[in-house]
Amino acid sequence: MNASPRRRRHQWVVYVALLPMFVTVLFAYLGTVLWSVRISLSSSRTFPADDFVGLSQYARLFNTERWLLSLHNVVLFGVLFIAACLVLGFLLAVFIDQKVRAEDILRTVFLYPFAMSFVATGLVWQWVLNPQLGIQATVRRFGFEDFAFNWIVDQDKVMYTIVVAAVWQASGLVMALMLAGLRGIDEEIWKAARIDGIPRWRVYFSIVLPMLGPSVATAFVLLAVAVVKLFDAVVAMTQGGPGIASEVPAKFIMDYLFGRANIGLASAASTVMLLTVLALLAPWLHSRSRRARAAGRAAQ
Amino acid sequence: MIATVSRKQRKRPSRLTPARVGTYVFLLSAAAFFLMPLYVMLVTSVKPMEEIRLGNIFALPIHGTLGPWISAWTSACTGLHCEGIRVGFWNSVRIVVPSTVLSIFIGALNGYALAFWRNRAAGWMFGILLLGAFVPYQIFIYPLVRTLASVSLFGSLPGIVLIHTIFGMPIMTLLFRNYYASIPLELFKAARIDGGGFMRIFVQLMLPMSVPIIIVAVIVQVTGIWNDFILGLVFAGRENLPMTVQLNNVINTTTGERLYNVNMAATVLTSLVPLFVYFVSGRWFVRGITAGAVKG
Repeated sequence: MNASPRRRRHQWVVYVALLPMFVTVLFAYLGTVLWSVRISLSSSRTFPADDFVGLSQYARLFNTERWLLSLHNVVLFGVLFIAACLVLGFLLAVFIDQKVRAEDILRTVFLYPFAMSFVATGLVWQWVLNPQLGIQATVRRFGFEDFAFNWIVDQDKVMYTIVVAAVWQASGLVMALMLAGLRGIDEEIWKAARIDGIPRWRVYFSIVLPMLGPSVATAFVLLAVAVVKLFDAVVAMTQGGPGIASEVPAKFIMDYLFGRANIGLASAASTVMLLTVLALLAPWLHSRSRRARAAGRAAQ
Repeated sequence: MIATVSRKQRKRPSRLTPARVGTYVFLLSAAAFFLMPLYVMLVTSVKPMEEIRLGNIFALPIHGTLGPWISAWTSACTGLHCEGIRVGFWNSVRIVVPSTVLSIFIGALNGYALAFWRNRAAGWMFGILLLGAFVPYQIFIYPLVRTLASVSLFGSLPGIVLIHTIFGMPIMTLLFRNYYASIPLELFKAARIDGGGFMRIFVQLMLPMSVPIIIVAVIVQVTGIWNDFILGLVFAGRENLPMTVQLNNVINTTTGERLYNVNMAATVLTSLVPLFVYFVSGRWFVRGITAGAVKG
């Protein structure tokens, strides 16, 4: 009826308003990804080449010692970092939830590192872990002459120091997510558990933790994405060293893009990273959309 | 959302049982672990180098001095330039302010259009946009460098502002869409019946109601962009390097004796803005980091 021409006019305004988003998605996100994937299939080095060499860049990538070491490092880092953050974050949330004094102050203390940049975090920990002047030197000065804590300059242990710094920074985030989840749980459960004489720790592990499933999943995804993106902290803390012992994929790509000018290999590596992230996200997005649809149906 | 639900008729147990003691021991040791680097950073930044060489990072300064802070601000060197970290500070301010304003405006507009002007194509675009928030920047970087260079925006202030707007768009759009989705549709329908058009409803009705979410968005963007390293490193150009990049250059490229006190003062100075935002905003900050993650 007479509403339809007006409606069409308004739709037109909507498209104009959404133009920045459309342009961003089509060109800055989708276009650049296709471009990078295309480069990864060419023989480009310093300059992009138009030829097509199939998957040979990928073959070269997985024959590059430094890339394999980067992958090994990021997996080691990822497993330890995610596990430690989830455990520590959950414990902090549970202990804070015990109606303790100064709850606000404690929460502030546990979360403030998350407000700092990874660069600042890396630099502080580089200083604390410095064997000549940091913790090792301090403990030795108190008379423990043989005390050794030089992980940051030890090729076999340097990744653990990055884990410590990253856990320090990110476990507050997990705490905040878990605490939000805990506060949303019905108080009735506690009454019921008390009547049945179930110890508190049992309730947390067998009842509360499963109920926090969505919060845990969200925390896991955020942490996993942070693992794949790991770059700033490594640059600030070890610059990939000693030697190449703490190289990670994100840094590998940046080095090959700019320092070593091998954009073909770098693009192959970034495509591998992209696929990894999508594989990590897929199950989570699937379960979320299923839950959202179920919730929508329930609301109708 | 967190903690607004907190402490309704919560009463602390008054007796000190072993379990209570254990709880406090755990929380206090955790607090010590979290505060230790901040403490070390602060005491180191006010010690003269002679005291640092004694090798006790936990000791309080014997002869405290603000000298390291002054040299960090005014004369710390990156390469051959010794103008202090203040250069990066002002660069970061110049980057953060326009990026925050622009990304929030676009995010609000997107969120409003998505929440009220249902549109299938826009819904799909939004899905891809959100996915983009999780993808590592590395895959976008080279094509974006080339594209910006071809329109001579690479290495310029407008260029880095544009980049921050692009990469801030997913979370900003999500924040505002979720916020507007919680506003009753009847309000919007009433405004339509009264003859309000797309922009008029947005500017006169929705924006004035958006103050809480705009505060959250400002917190998210100011801390996020201030703490950014990789985008500033690649896109800002020599003249506009943000404070985080300059800080890393000051510390990791110095030759000769490392002035740890100056380095730590520079690190504190770089963290001041986000930490200030964090301490002042408190629960709003938490709301910012959880809103994008928990709902959505």
